[in-house]
Amino acid sequence: MSERFTKGMARNIYYGGSIFFFLIFLALTFHTTKEMPKRDHRENITESVVRGKALWEDNNCIGCHTLIGEGAYFAPELANVYDRRGGEAGFKAFFNGWMKAQPLNIPGRRQMPQFNLNDQEIDDLAEFLKWTSEMDDNNWPPNIEG
Amino acid sequence: MNTLKYQSQAVAKPYFVFAMILFVGQILFGLLMGLQYVVGDIVGGLIPFNVARMVHTNLLIVWLLFGFMGAAYYLVPEEAETELHSPKLAIALFWIFAAAGVATILGYLLVPYATLAHITGNDLWPTMGREFLEQPTITKIGIVVVALGFLYNLGMTILKGRKTAINMVMMTGLIGLAVFFLFAFYNPTNLALDKYFWWFVVHLWVEGVWELIMGAILAFVLIKVTGVDREVIEKWLYVIIAMALISGILGTGHHFYWLMTPAYWQWVGSIFSAIEPLPFFAMVLYAFNMVNRRRREHPNKAATLWALGTSVMAFLGAGVWGFLHTLAPVNYYTHGTQITAAHGHMAFYGAYAMIVMTIMSYAMPKLRGVGEANCNRAQVVEMWGFWLMTVGMVFITLFLTGAGVLQVWLQRLPESGEALSFMATQDKLAIFYWLREIAGVVFLLGLIAYLTSFFVTEKKAA
Repeated sequence: MSERFTKGMARNIYYGGSIFFFLIFLALTFHTTKEMPKRDHRENITESVVRGKALWEDNNCIGCHTLIGEGAYFAPELANVYDRRGGEAGFKAFFNGWMKAQPLNIPGRRQMPQFNLNDQEIDDLAEFLKWTSEMDDNNWPPNIEG
Repeated sequence: MNTLKYQSQAVAKPYFVFAMILFVGQILFGLLMGLQYVVGDIVGGLIPFNVARMVHTNLLIVWLLFGFMGAAYYLVPEEAETELHSPKLAIALFWIFAAAGVATILGYLLVPYATLAHITGNDLWPTMGREFLEQPTITKIGIVVVALGFLYNLGMTILKGRKTAINMVMMTGLIGLAVFFLFAFYNPTNLALDKYFWWFVVHLWVEGVWELIMGAILAFVLIKVTGVDREVIEKWLYVIIAMALISGILGTGHHFYWLMTPAYWQWVGSIFSAIEPLPFFAMVLYAFNMVNRRRREHPNKAATLWALGTSVMAFLGAGVWGFLHTLAPVNYYTHGTQITAAHGHMAFYGAYAMIVMTIMSYAMPKLRGVGEANCNRAQVVEMWGFWLMTVGMVFITLFLTGAGVLQVWLQRLPESGEALSFMATQDKLAIFYWLREIAGVVFLLGLIAYLTSFFVTEKKAA
């Protein structure tokens, strides 16, 4: 770099540039949180959904699965599992059976642990997954397989 | 032979040693997970995948934090030209952090996660069960306490000493690390908000303030091993971190494409994250330039190799592999596939694991009283470690990329009804996972060589 471009100038670009872009980031964040209620349908967050999210966290589901593409890549995407496995008509029945059947003990297959949830808890988790599936996440994933 | 400029720099040593112990654990659990990808039921009853993964990623984060702390305790006094404010505090915090870290990992391994959440009172203040932030709330509070004590100790040191650009950048990075970690305590019941602010920890760490820490450590080591004028090196440092933050802050947008966010993030994120490789490219030019213009032949060749290596691998892992899937139209198909895993592995190794080993390579001979550098034999073994780990990581990344491309092709690109299911797709990727596991074993061999180098001494004259 030429001698005319001094360390002081570089430092000013660093401080000025970072502060400027951080302020823009904060402004966009502010706007985004204002827009979010239209997309997350928070009016549908029931007591059951709240308990479901706590169960999701307390059992570290994210340690194997993804939820809207974030998490571990070891097991299927679950943000749209509600739609993939029966939706309004069949999801809850499917899900209850699925949770109780674990571990499947198919030799060589990846094993989902048995989490010993009761029927109420399984229903709460299902409500959480249903609510999650109904959020507007800009049309992701590309297809039903997640 | 004591070559330490300030005796209090010695507190860095336990931090580096403990970091390496955790690093070994991280790799062993990584290999276990790699095996679980292909032999799904292996020890699954004993160590389920989610537990192994939590141990793997948390050990990584914690050993890097130990490495950063060791680096700070080593370089801040030397830059400030004064002794550390309180070596006793540094040692006390070491034991607190190490005990909390070990207890947390044992908690993951010994009881079901739900039990751990229960006994640590997660229902009182739920922060657990989110990726990378799995630690019990009490551990998170402990991390904040350790960070505050650490920043106080360094801050007092800098206040009474010389305020170099390297010290100021290092300090800004570390303060940023502590501040953004506070978002780990914010866990709203609304998943949309939870996910959005979760990235304030994760992205603003690894694509923000950690880059300041990396830049400061690299600049420090380059000054030491090349003898190039500080003015020149610090000017480059400012340019690089300016580019890193100007691109990286709004680059956070590449994580907001598919959240409950306005669509403009797809433009903002794509444009700014497309610039994110530039600071890493500048870092390569800078590292090689400084080494070419060196004014002395430092006896520690291995440290120079690490400094050059970290710049190249960070550029490839964070820059090139990040760019591969950062544009919104591409990310729509690659989000949450093995492409992400490939990028994550090489970026963390190249930028952060390697920068810690760079400062360790430079500082450990001095901390251990060996002198300016290890003997030639030890350096040769260390370089074997460098190459085996680095080549191992390149192949891990290539095989995961192969798996990711095939996964996108089979599972993401076809329409619903024609696309293969997740589990069916995984079966088709098995060959890539096996190859990745072999590359992982090569990485482990490299790590063993690297650790062995600490015990190699000059042959006794016969």
